[in-house]
Amino acid sequence: MAYDKFNTLRSTAVPLPIENVDTDQLIPARFLKATERVGFGDNLFRDWRYNADNTPKKDFVLNNNIYSGKILVGGKNFGSGSSREHAAWAVYDYGFRCVVSSFFADIFRNNCLNVGVLPVQVSPEFSEKIFAAIHADPTTELEVNLPDQTITLVATGEKDTFEISPYKKDNMINGFDDIDYLQSIKPEIEVFASNLPL
Amino acid sequence: MSNTLFDKVWDTHVVRKIEGGPDVLFIDRHLIHEVTSPVAFLGLKSRGIKVLYPDRTFATADHNTPTINQHLPVEDPLSANQLKALESNSNEYGISYWGLGHQKNGIVHVVGPEYGITQPGATIVCGDSHTSTHGAFGAIAFGIGTSEVEMVLATQCIMQPKPKKMRINVNGKLGIGVTPKDVALFIISQLTTSGATGYFVEYAGDVFENMSMEGRMTVCNLSIEMGARGGMIAPDETTINYVKGREFSPKGEAWDKALAYYKTLKTDADAIFDKELTFDGSTIEPMITYGTNPGMGMGISHDIPDAAHAEGGATTYAKSLNYMGFSEGQAMIGKKVDFVFVGSCTNGRIEDFRAFTSLVKGKHKADDVTVWLVPGSHIVEAQIKEEGLLDILTEAGFSLRQPGCSACLAMNDDKIPAGKYAVSTSNRNFEGRQGPGSRTMLASPLVAAAAAVTGVVTDPRTLIEELV
Repeated sequence: MAYDKFNTLRSTAVPLPIENVDTDQLIPARFLKATERVGFGDNLFRDWRYNADNTPKKDFVLNNNIYSGKILVGGKNFGSGSSREHAAWAVYDYGFRCVVSSFFADIFRNNCLNVGVLPVQVSPEFSEKIFAAIHADPTTELEVNLPDQTITLVATGEKDTFEISPYKKDNMINGFDDIDYLQSIKPEIEVFASNLPL
Repeated sequence: MSNTLFDKVWDTHVVRKIEGGPDVLFIDRHLIHEVTSPVAFLGLKSRGIKVLYPDRTFATADHNTPTINQHLPVEDPLSANQLKALESNSNEYGISYWGLGHQKNGIVHVVGPEYGITQPGATIVCGDSHTSTHGAFGAIAFGIGTSEVEMVLATQCIMQPKPKKMRINVNGKLGIGVTPKDVALFIISQLTTSGATGYFVEYAGDVFENMSMEGRMTVCNLSIEMGARGGMIAPDETTINYVKGREFSPKGEAWDKALAYYKTLKTDADAIFDKELTFDGSTIEPMITYGTNPGMGMGISHDIPDAAHAEGGATTYAKSLNYMGFSEGQAMIGKKVDFVFVGSCTNGRIEDFRAFTSLVKGKHKADDVTVWLVPGSHIVEAQIKEEGLLDILTEAGFSLRQPGCSACLAMNDDKIPAGKYAVSTSNRNFEGRQGPGSRTMLASPLVAAAAAVTGVVTDPRTLIEELV
């Protein structure tokens, strides 16, 4: 599914300094029953964000209006557990274009790249710096530069670099997806399939 | 050049390597279910693409299906709609569809192996992280997102960077009451929930060699819970005996050819892994989790560790124990249990019900515990009856439900109520996993059985001695 191209992003950020945030928290299973990709943002972090009676939980960061922005900063091992792409859809649909963490779970990272959310893995030290800066000043801005593969604390100029494969980087910058590529090599795939051991 | 089992299977399936990018990996077998496939089919429709190889994809309904009264219409309109979408999409694109009521319906990772869809040396994917289960056969099997489901439908390929390789060796004799589930929970507790992220794991050593296919599936199933994309075990006689003659297994000449391929599927003696770990199987106890990720497990006789000895920051650890209503230093033995769930792609196979039944035989279900026994498939259900297990279970006050994922992720009505405690043979103890506010303790079918007859967390070894 098409997503908006990503080049550079300058934004305030929402801090979630919890480790091992799993995709069941990002979107609980009972909200996976749609047959279309619509409305998942409403249920992002559903059970951390709302009480059982659907009133907002005041102490959860998404309900605290001093924090906002297109960047979500999570703790270590972000996105573990279930392969549900709905978790990445919920992140995107809520309005985040970038998730920052010192460590990502594999499948979530892959899913993000496939739906237009940029996973930015920074060093544990830089992650701490970001959390401290936002804690001190919720209007702290971050700048994510995909072509240069850097993330910068705008106020101080402190920066870190992040990894992304040249292929995926090109896709994100141009809004392409893997199916476009795979479709283009279909004849090669069909020849390959006819020569398999099984 | 020396190669690992993983290298051999992976490299055999690489259609093309992209400079500075992922490998284009050919997928032999693709499993789909109702929850993660509808949007993939929508994508195909909007692009006007056909399914390239419909006979390589198999559909079963399992995640949100009811486990009672399966002959009646599904009451929840959203679930019913998703099931209908799977059926109509399968029919439209010529994909085998095993819906509710179909003899082959069941949990995708239980029926795949049962019908021989799972083959050694194959690449297998499904929009479900526990696809790692199929690695038990020496396949490369892993979970994918919905965009990738669409890719496989359209081109039978996905694009993946090749993971690093880890070997986990467990040798020694397992103690009484120690099951494959305990071996897996032990390994995860040692590695933490992210300790194998970025790796594909090979399990080696006599503990795995001596396991049945069911046991190996339990172990490989849980690979994702330490962050690994998948885990695999080299095929041997046990594997080949299991695979041979199943409906979708190769036959005749094709079998001979397949057998020759299967025999190449082992790690060469001097192959190098990026990481290698070794554990002594004789030190493993029956395990139980006390927190909100599968890495937060320990031997059942231990006390809950303090934050200083736990993985994750102090804030995260406190949040986790607070959710569970537990405190540092407490014993798990004796804790109240409200629900027991036996089932799921982790422990919903015949061996699991044999183990459960062996322990409850001649005892009775504790009065204030609700017990859900959910077979993984109709074959498992039939075996439970044929082997006389159902009679023993009925005598002990238990009943059997119908196949499905059930309370493992509580997408149907099988939900643990808020604040209640469940001993569950499933795979995840995340907050709310088994229903909003539910509190899950992961364990083996034997630990589940011990809880079911006592109403509290109980070391199964105290009840087993009379059995040996």
